[in-house]
Amino acid sequence: MADLLKGKVCLVTGAGRGIGRAIAQQFAKEGAIVYANEVRQGAVDEWLTDDLFSNSIIPLYFNISDESEAKGAFKQIKDKRGRLDVLVNNAGIEYNELIGMISPKHMTKMFEVNVYGTIEMLQLASRVMARQPEGGSIINISSMVGVKGNKGQLVYSATKGAVIAITKSAAKELGSKNIRVNSIAPGLTKTEMMDAADQEKLKDRINNISMGRIAQPLDIANACVFLASDLSSYVSGQVIGVEGCTIM
Amino acid sequence: MMTNIEKYKNIFIRVFDVREDSLNESFTFADTEKWDSLGHITLISELENEFDVMFDTEDILSFGSFENGMKILKKYRVSFDN
Repeated sequence: MADLLKGKVCLVTGAGRGIGRAIAQQFAKEGAIVYANEVRQGAVDEWLTDDLFSNSIIPLYFNISDESEAKGAFKQIKDKRGRLDVLVNNAGIEYNELIGMISPKHMTKMFEVNVYGTIEMLQLASRVMARQPEGGSIINISSMVGVKGNKGQLVYSATKGAVIAITKSAAKELGSKNIRVNSIAPGLTKTEMMDAADQEKLKDRINNISMGRIAQPLDIANACVFLASDLSSYVSGQVIGVEGCTIM
Repeated sequence: MMTNIEKYKNIFIRVFDVREDSLNESFTFADTEKWDSLGHITLISELENEFDVMFDTEDILSFGSFENGMKILKKYRVSFDN
């Protein structure tokens, strides 16, 4: 443990599994107090059995797209800790649909969670961080498809492109308050969802990665540790690709 | 111990760098140079902390004047009677 985040109060959304879970665990290993959000009741408790994390990770169940629930969660953190140092906007949903087959229902849902939810969380966090002399760090998880686009991911890539634009604008608006806003853009990442994917197609995609492997959630989490820590105190408005040099 | 109106005024004085005698019904968003986006976030943040409330979005959006702010805070059971 390097204690890079010692004593920092962090909120990680979508921490029930995959990348969000790895971020929450890695932050805790670095000494942070982590509020691990998930919409599904019990999703964090299912993996929160390790003694290593029992005192440092606190499950917090709420829907980030619901203003009242999100507000209540921030109030809870503020009342208990008096501060919030880091917000990781990781929660997101993904439906992959080709042009002509895009479901309006799925499109609405993706924008509600990936874009409106991110904005809502960012606004709430900035209200808490604005009165802290040391400001805070907001990390938005986007995606390389938000930078480069991808077949079959028109809507998803649009939402992630929006997350990147949100990051750059928010960084400009909040910079004078010492609130840093950055984005991590993961490439193809090994998650539970990936296990169900067509393995032949997956091989083709891995062939396009210069480093010859897909990202592990820990790769993304480590980049988040950097952005959450004081090591990145002069880094804001940036999009960091964590994608093993993928040729898209 | 400060009254709520004193606390309320002090936040405006601190955030917008204005004199107490300017805080009246004509003190509005439109007429205050420092009441920009960042000033608004700072004001809301300071008020939430001082009065231990979390505003609804619609209240933040309509919080455009010194007078109206008091009406909004009353909804959150903050009294300005003394």
